[in-house]
Amino acid sequence: MLNHSLKTRDSAVTSRRAFLRGSAAAGGALVIGLHLARDGARAAGGPDLSKAPAKPNAFVRIAADDTVSVVIKHLDMGQGNTTGLATIVAEELDADWAQMRAVFAPADASLYNNLAFGPIQGTGGSTAVANSWIQLRKAGATARAMLVAAAAQEWKVPAAEITIEKGVLRHASGKEGRFGAFAAKAAVQPIPENPTLKDPSAFRLIGTRLPRLDSNAKTDGSAVYALDVRRPGQLTALVARAPRFGATVKSVDDDAARAVPGVVQVVRIPSGVAVVARDTWSAMKGREALTVTWDDTGAERQSTESQQAAYKAMAAKPGLVASKRGDAAGGIKGAAKVLEAEFNFPYLAHAPMEPLNATIERAADGSYDIYAGSQFQTIEQAVAAGILGTTADKIRITTLWAGGSFGRRATASADYIAEAAAILKATGEKTPIHLVWTREDDITGGYYRPAAYHRIRAGLDAKGAITGWEHTVVGKSIIIGTALEAMMVKDGVDATTVEGAADTPYALPAYRFEVHNAREGVPVLWWRSVGHSHTAQAMEVFIDELAHAAGQDPVAYRLGLLKQAPRLSAALTLAAEKAGWSAREQKPGRGYGVAAHESFGSYVAMVADVTAEAGKVKVNRIVAAVDVGVAVNPDIIRAQVEGAVGFALSAVLRNRITFKDGEVQEKNFDAYEPTRMSEMPKVEVHIVPSAAAPTGIGEPGVPVLAPAIANAVFSATGQRLRSLPLDLTALRGV
Amino acid sequence: MTKLTLNGRTYEVDADPEMPLLWAIRDHLNLTGTKYGCGIAQCGACTVHLDGQPVRSCQTRLGDVGEGKITTIEGISGPVAEAVRTAWRQLDVVQCGYCQSGQMMSAIGLLSENRKPSDADIDAAMDGNVCRCGTYQRIRAAIHDAARSLA
Repeated sequence: MLNHSLKTRDSAVTSRRAFLRGSAAAGGALVIGLHLARDGARAAGGPDLSKAPAKPNAFVRIAADDTVSVVIKHLDMGQGNTTGLATIVAEELDADWAQMRAVFAPADASLYNNLAFGPIQGTGGSTAVANSWIQLRKAGATARAMLVAAAAQEWKVPAAEITIEKGVLRHASGKEGRFGAFAAKAAVQPIPENPTLKDPSAFRLIGTRLPRLDSNAKTDGSAVYALDVRRPGQLTALVARAPRFGATVKSVDDDAARAVPGVVQVVRIPSGVAVVARDTWSAMKGREALTVTWDDTGAERQSTESQQAAYKAMAAKPGLVASKRGDAAGGIKGAAKVLEAEFNFPYLAHAPMEPLNATIERAADGSYDIYAGSQFQTIEQAVAAGILGTTADKIRITTLWAGGSFGRRATASADYIAEAAAILKATGEKTPIHLVWTREDDITGGYYRPAAYHRIRAGLDAKGAITGWEHTVVGKSIIIGTALEAMMVKDGVDATTVEGAADTPYALPAYRFEVHNAREGVPVLWWRSVGHSHTAQAMEVFIDELAHAAGQDPVAYRLGLLKQAPRLSAALTLAAEKAGWSAREQKPGRGYGVAAHESFGSYVAMVADVTAEAGKVKVNRIVAAVDVGVAVNPDIIRAQVEGAVGFALSAVLRNRITFKDGEVQEKNFDAYEPTRMSEMPKVEVHIVPSAAAPTGIGEPGVPVLAPAIANAVFSATGQRLRSLPLDLTALRGV
Repeated sequence: MTKLTLNGRTYEVDADPEMPLLWAIRDHLNLTGTKYGCGIAQCGACTVHLDGQPVRSCQTRLGDVGEGKITTIEGISGPVAEAVRTAWRQLDVVQCGYCQSGQMMSAIGLLSENRKPSDADIDAAMDGNVCRCGTYQRIRAAIHDAARSLA
């Protein structure tokens, strides 16, 4: 049996994982740390990097071997931010792309907080590039200025006469050198207070296609995910959790489980009963052999039918006002035509390909190490510290590649990290514990996209103009009841329930958006695009209905309502043009639909081309246009939109989490089936040129897919399928 | 002890012969390029080659491998494997990357049998491999590119 340890404490993210140690051994290195919150730049570390890595106060490290490592403060769960953030630094540094590397930052919110989140280190809300844009440009420009100063000193020439191109410093006298040669000298230069940032017209790397930094390691099996961590002596733990949310353990008979070969220990933890074994298979067998009796006193017993009926009943009553303008009811009362629609949305599981897992161990000095695809480092540190009876600074986190997340790894309760810490504690902290969730645990384990119900009424005048819009949303708040409530909920309204509706860019003369916070005991969470994942469907399908009721073209009708929203209009216009909207061929069974939606500061429009027949929808082609401000990595932007289509399509066509007497009915990919190759439409992505500050693209491709398809199904069949997933059994065909 | 021939080497694995090959590879041989995704042969993340044929290692019992030769992502070689890997890299297929070992093992299996697969052939060979990031369009393009480079 092999027993080599694949893993080290370094969370290097390229396949060149020896970089940090290598550069430390090599001596001279430039290390740049930059913190906007602290007024400018500061450098730390100095030539002896061997002492620095424990707390590498830095975003940029230039080593004697001429590699430039960008310290990535975000989780890369596939969205490509390691490449994107490295691009920003490389641009200001005038580096050669081939010399760029990326390493994941340690957990340290004083250095690596998300500037969009305030004091918290974490990833979400499509903010990685957006919040780092100026921070990393300044870091790159600072490093560049210090390299130039070092070269000027050595060559005895004025700094202003030195140029840099593709990682080579040059002077007209013929002198030239690469970064590595000046790294040590650069590290001791004064730190420029306000380094000059490039004019965007001088960008050489930003806006071009650069190879992803993670492609090599992810195509030869060497990329290390949390599930791949192998610490000496580690044991694998699986947890038996209650089949109903809110139930607790009444009694456990673990005799048979303990008798399973390979099972080492069985321990009670707050979320259930953990079986600890020498390998995953033994832990699975051990868990199967457990007999747990659950106390359902506080358990959630809802069924999907009762939940949907309850939401509908709530919507009939006055709710909290999320936004309003004018007299919506009066506008509808005096309308020539009134339209009304309701939409149901199911709970959805994130189902990242790599199930939740984390390894935790106690170090000799009483501090702890966590290895995880960590998405909310600061919260995870605090939660683990609370369980282990220590302080957050004693919790180190090695962030690894994450096999997807779609929001699931970012919980305010740090749920799976808390479980791992509880098991470590319950087992005496003697050996490293690798907590693993199986796919069944993942699908049935909660933290779902909240179920939602929308009811909309709107009036049109004789010319088809909207006279009033009344809109009620029912759903469980993601934030209320969590540690984030004080920061993120105002007057009982959780913006994540109504975002994308209550702040609609459409020019509505009178509107009223109300919200009801449902309170069932199902844990809910942000799911790629959060509230937009349902609000865009309600808004964009209903707008389409109004356009048809008004007898107007769906694109022209939207543009007429978006005069104050030029960026969304431009994306919509581009998508329509590239899709050949005005020349589209309508024929029975073949249809085209459009949708446009802003989320996370990015503007996306899609045109869907579908074939629909009784009980079946085939999406042939998606043409998308996106405005994300400056397109740092156009190919990654395209990839994210292609991927958003692949990710969201199964939620349009079939995915839903349903309940019977409180128990989740779907257990694995057979009943909760992701999109497959044969279903994937052709996706074309067009980028609107923009000089605006970059925004995110991890999520914004998701919301528009469903309404574009639903509207295309209407154009193909004349049937409105509003709820998600689309009720294909109701589709009669033509 | 169960004897296992994997990536050209012979191992003695001290594990239950009922153990799925997946867990023997990952937990006992510590070769972690082969991934766990569902455990019920619905996602293909665990795909390895058994005597050159793609199989789901989560449904292959360790004790049933016998004299069969196992190849994992770490051990692939030859012109087809190189063509696939090169195409995957040139098109930047990966996003989270977790499913891609399995995707590549299935693609290598396809191209080893069929040097010029049609879109329908790709659908048939690849439908068992799930990618939650939705990289299918690039996987398809990479398979076509690899096929061209092998022609």
